[in-house]
Amino acid sequence: MLTAIGVMVLLAVVIGVALGWSAIRLKVEGNPLAEKIDAILPQTQCGQCGFPGCKPYAEAIAKGEADINQCPPGGEEGVKQLAELLGVEPKPLDGEHGTPKPKSVALIDEQTCIGCTLCIQACPVDAIVGAAKQMHTIIADECTGCELCLPPCPVDCIAMVEIHEDLPHWKWRYPLVPLKHVA
Amino acid sequence: MTRELFRFKGGVHPPDHKAESNGRPIHPAPIPRQLVIPLRQHIGNPAKPVVKVGETVRTGQLIAAADGTISAAVHASSSGTVVAIEPRTLPHASGLPDLCIVIDTDGRDEWGERTPLDYRAMPAADLRMKLRDMGLAGLGGAVFPSAVKLDAGPAQVCPTLILNGGECEPWITCDDVLMRHHADDILHGVAIMRHLLGSTLVLVGIEDNKPEALAAMREAVARQDFAVEVVAVPSLYPGGGAKQMIETLTGKQVPSGKLSTDIGIQVFNVGTAHALARAVHHGEPMIERLVTVTGHVLRPQNFRVRIGTPMQALIDLAGDREGATGVLMGGPMMGIPMPGTQVPVIKATNCLLVQSRALFPAPPAALPCIRCTRCADACPAELQPQELFRFAKAGDFGRAQEYHLFDCIECGCCTYVCPSHIPLVEYYRYGKSEIWAREREKRAADLARERHEFRQFRLEREKVEKAEKLAAKAAASRALAAQDPAKRAEQAADVPAATQPAAPAADTGEVDAKKAIIAAALARSQAKKAEAAPKNTEQLSPEQQQAIDEIEARRAKIRELARKPLESETE
Repeated sequence: MLTAIGVMVLLAVVIGVALGWSAIRLKVEGNPLAEKIDAILPQTQCGQCGFPGCKPYAEAIAKGEADINQCPPGGEEGVKQLAELLGVEPKPLDGEHGTPKPKSVALIDEQTCIGCTLCIQACPVDAIVGAAKQMHTIIADECTGCELCLPPCPVDCIAMVEIHEDLPHWKWRYPLVPLKHVA
Repeated sequence: MTRELFRFKGGVHPPDHKAESNGRPIHPAPIPRQLVIPLRQHIGNPAKPVVKVGETVRTGQLIAAADGTISAAVHASSSGTVVAIEPRTLPHASGLPDLCIVIDTDGRDEWGERTPLDYRAMPAADLRMKLRDMGLAGLGGAVFPSAVKLDAGPAQVCPTLILNGGECEPWITCDDVLMRHHADDILHGVAIMRHLLGSTLVLVGIEDNKPEALAAMREAVARQDFAVEVVAVPSLYPGGGAKQMIETLTGKQVPSGKLSTDIGIQVFNVGTAHALARAVHHGEPMIERLVTVTGHVLRPQNFRVRIGTPMQALIDLAGDREGATGVLMGGPMMGIPMPGTQVPVIKATNCLLVQSRALFPAPPAALPCIRCTRCADACPAELQPQELFRFAKAGDFGRAQEYHLFDCIECGCCTYVCPSHIPLVEYYRYGKSEIWAREREKRAADLARERHEFRQFRLEREKVEKAEKLAAKAAASRALAAQDPAKRAEQAADVPAATQPAAPAADTGEVDAKKAIIAAALARSQAKKAEAAPKNTEQLSPEQQQAIDEIEARRAKIRELARKPLESETE
């Protein structure tokens, strides 16, 4: 009887120590789920979801504090992917956070720009070049189209230009099968 | 001497329709009034224009330079004036416009300087650069810059050189007639390739449905001083595909995701060899090529065409007929429908196939896949087309890639044999471009993430730096105050003001030093205020005095209002 209790206690201690040790030594840095969610998010960093950037939103989703349908740039496709990852039902985008728009980049009207640097401070990806009282310009390749530079501009010299399809970015369309009308 | 041949898996035997166009001699097409020369004719970076609008150019003059290693230059196909550098519709399935140089020809066709190269005396790298600047690109269809392919890589040697005269696609005969009429030039090109690649074995693969071409090449080989083996390969579509030609001639398969040079084999089209010989021995850049115009035309034949000639001009030369329903660039298996007949001929244009309802009836409506796997039997790339179709249709691109979607050469055998008439290749093209687009998006997202994270880090760093700077400054001023508080107080006393505080005692600590600083600042501001006292206030008229009083009253009222908390705050 005593031996049995002793064995059980010993076992509990040994397993407890092993678990405690592994909890410290094999601790996973960061939140792997948040990282997986972050990989799906479009990285526009626009803040339309109500969080300051894609990563905070990903973390909020991982903690269950935010819904998966708050990212308009990700679109329905993004919601679907998030739903698949999290094993929940996909739902339509929440209109409160904006509607998806065609992909565009910001363009500064360099004639009107007064060089106030406010847009540079607002850009979440440092895609605007310029200095105080110097003309600013946008690095189109690095612009995510988040529109965060629009409100701070005191002279409204920034416009969003839709990206048109060009030859290197052209995609073959999904083959459409012509339907025959049957009476 | 007979060589053991191997049979690649799959393939189909479509009716070859070669006889329509291969009987007539090569006819040089007249130079059109206007040439539209696209800058994106090859794989890789588009060429960069080096001429301006209004400039006069000569035939063969460089008008756009190669940009980077994988690129090829573009030349004026005839002499004339550059009238525009603007986007024009390209001979591309998308029908999208892209940058072109438009030349109004003067009809004189005056050549610029043509300097033949002594390729044996030149270092290989220089020769390759020269060829890139001559605009050399593969004429077989993929238009890969030839200079890149002529680099044997770190091995410095590519033992086997295969010249591809397969031309397996039905209707097309431009390689056939080129071999019949210019076999010697082709072999001169082969000599240069051999020199650059260090090849010891040179094979020319020609399908056995071209006996005249085989005979002409064999005759020409007898006149050369190096060994070339001309091999008749069985006609089987797509036997003229590079990988299939390699397998037929050598029995080797190019592993998935590798290049043929990795197994010591390089393949060139016969047209490329001919163009290479013209470039090296005659100094002529790539400004013309042979184009088969066939199908629904009166006189199907081959033309020697300047790059940039509108396709309609060629169709007119071959005899336009009523009832044409469209034009394919290429053959019926892999050809791409053209957005119109005014688009120019480019380096990739091997054939213009004019369609009609009688020759190419519209395919019947596609039926569901019955998984008969006839496509798998026909696939020369040994893929599972029915599975690829399923994944591409469902948008499951990850699985499609697992099933080696990118090994598909889009030869069209699967579509040809499909009893349900499913346009399978269209699904694969859709799948491939969708995967590329997603990869591009992913790269863009990764870049944005990286830049955003760096920005966060930068802002944090700047904050810390600012705090450190302030702390250092405060420490310095504290030290100064502790050193000589009396001096500071003296400074403050210098300012003439009523609110002059008592000078702090010498033994006061940090608090007093701060107090002294505050007092000094206060004193300074008071002094400034005193200086800014209203001027010209003497000898005022009663009206002026009244106006001043009113203004002062308003000011006082506003001050009073400002002191009161806002209504919203009190609630």
